[in-house]
Amino acid sequence: MGRYVVRRLLQMIPVFIGSTFIIFMMMYALPGDPVRALWGERAPDEAQMAAIKADLGLDDPILLQYWNYLVGLVQGDFGTQIQSRREVIDVISDALPATLRLTALAFLITAVVGIGLGLLAGLRAGKKTDRGILFLSLLLISVPVFVIGYLYQTYPGVKWGWITPTVRDSENWGELLLPALALASLSLAYVMRLTRSTIVENRRADYMRTARAKGLPQRRVVGNHLLRNSLIPVVTFLGVDLGNLMAGAIVTEGIFNINGIGRTVYEALNAREGATVVGVVSFIIIVYLVIALLVDLLYAVLDPRIRYA
Amino acid sequence: MPEARATIGKKEAVPSGGGAVPAAVAVDAGPAPGKPRSLWSDAWHDLRRKPSFVIPALIILLLLVVAAFPGWFTSVSPRAADLTNNYLREPELTHFFSPEWLGYNQQGQSIWARMLYGTRASIVIGVAVTVLVTVLGSLVGMLAGYFGGWVDALLSRVIDIFLGIPFLLGAMVILVSFDTRTEWTVTFALAFLGWTTVARVMRGSVISIKQSDYVAAARSLGAGTSRILLRHVLPNAMAPVIVVAMIALGGYITAEAVLSFLGIGLSEPSISWGGDINRAQGQIRIAEHILLYPSILLSITILSFLMLGDAVRDALDPKLR
Repeated sequence: MGRYVVRRLLQMIPVFIGSTFIIFMMMYALPGDPVRALWGERAPDEAQMAAIKADLGLDDPILLQYWNYLVGLVQGDFGTQIQSRREVIDVISDALPATLRLTALAFLITAVVGIGLGLLAGLRAGKKTDRGILFLSLLLISVPVFVIGYLYQTYPGVKWGWITPTVRDSENWGELLLPALALASLSLAYVMRLTRSTIVENRRADYMRTARAKGLPQRRVVGNHLLRNSLIPVVTFLGVDLGNLMAGAIVTEGIFNINGIGRTVYEALNAREGATVVGVVSFIIIVYLVIALLVDLLYAVLDPRIRYA
Repeated sequence: MPEARATIGKKEAVPSGGGAVPAAVAVDAGPAPGKPRSLWSDAWHDLRRKPSFVIPALIILLLLVVAAFPGWFTSVSPRAADLTNNYLREPELTHFFSPEWLGYNQQGQSIWARMLYGTRASIVIGVAVTVLVTVLGSLVGMLAGYFGGWVDALLSRVIDIFLGIPFLLGAMVILVSFDTRTEWTVTFALAFLGWTTVARVMRGSVISIKQSDYVAAARSLGAGTSRILLRHVLPNAMAPVIVVAMIALGGYITAEAVLSFLGIGLSEPSISWGGDINRAQGQIRIAEHILLYPSILLSITILSFLMLGDAVRDALDPKLR
């Protein structure tokens, strides 16, 4: 177990270096000079501009810049914003709580509703309920998230007045419900379909017949035997999806006016704030890699036959 | 020709199809070079009579015609802007297919005409990204799967690296650097980040195929590596790749729409559904039809490609039924 974790952590290093390198190169290859932009319409003071560039290390060769960035990253230094001179790590930690709450709520909805409806459809495979749920899932996949977001905002929010259409206070879970529902819709649909297909596959397994023959109540047969055996692919998907939810929040946060990671990165991208963009993307990559490891370790909990040497 | 095979294969197609596919393919691959016949003609025979294939296929056919000749369906230019056309007026759905039947947008342009002309962008990007991703992903996946060893180790790490980059964010970073973004810029950005899924599927598929008897037979008959790869491995490994690619096509159309919606996808003067939806957000409280109609068409398009992919997957892999 310990050795497995160490090996996986070592394997993460090249992946992390490669992904951040690509993003770093793309970001710093962008036309437009953010330091020059500090002066706006006025003529820049060449000496001052050069001093700022030297201070931020922007006049080094690009590979050296990347190396310095990587060394800083290892020490927890995500760089400095050019315009505001704020530490990127501060910008991220300011915006992170709102995104984390939104992602957590969306994840909860995905897991509970997705597995629930998928289980229902799987147990009634071929019946009307099943077809209804399958159609719902296709609908959720094919309507893009920004359309769903606007529909939620316009109808229950503005026209019917059930709920506030934008988020004024990201610590209020009730206000986060609509954006979380919109954010969750795509993953929800995939989880439903995945759960349904594994349930249908396992429903006729021998252990199910044995469990029934032993006279176990239906709740136990479905909960302990069927569901637990069917959850492994679903857990894999949910794990990978947590990173996607964080990245996907960019659209939802824009529509519902939430000051989170997505808004931050969107504004930084338009302002050519390379350090912020690369910082946020690196952060999401770290989250993605760590979750992938946790998911692998969770397999052993779900299925005791899986052991890590 | 499919008829004759169909009547023989009808009863046993379902149970024997899954297991017998590789063997049958190898024997049948004679007349049409590199083209496995039984699998595909069986699938075609199945698909032709399934409404879940025929309906989306007809919709997609219609969309292709609209994308190629949008002028056939409307008399006005999508760029003609007449501000006396009030966008606040409720559209009257009675005048079928006249320019005003879905109303006007805030520029006084016909929403119907813009929807028709916007079809091309979505279809071109969806299809072009899928083709590029399939070619590049298959190539990488085939090399990694067939040669194994250090080639596989290296290519698999490259795949892992690209999988680690968040898709939407990565595409945004690429696209921000272009001032004018055409269909081809967006295609490049999406394909650059999207080929990994196909590569993984192809790799898995090739690994299972290279151990099969017909590959060993071809090798012992003295066939070279390129011949084995092109004549035996590739045709037999293609089915799962095509299914993944078809289902992903809808996702690429969504991605284009999301990017255009964020203002980082297609730039003016390109006409796209996502861009029009983006420009309609400001009016959503007073005239939601400007946002709603392109959204409905976008959703129908994505739904059609998804259902088509699902139907083809079911037909190609009877085990999944």
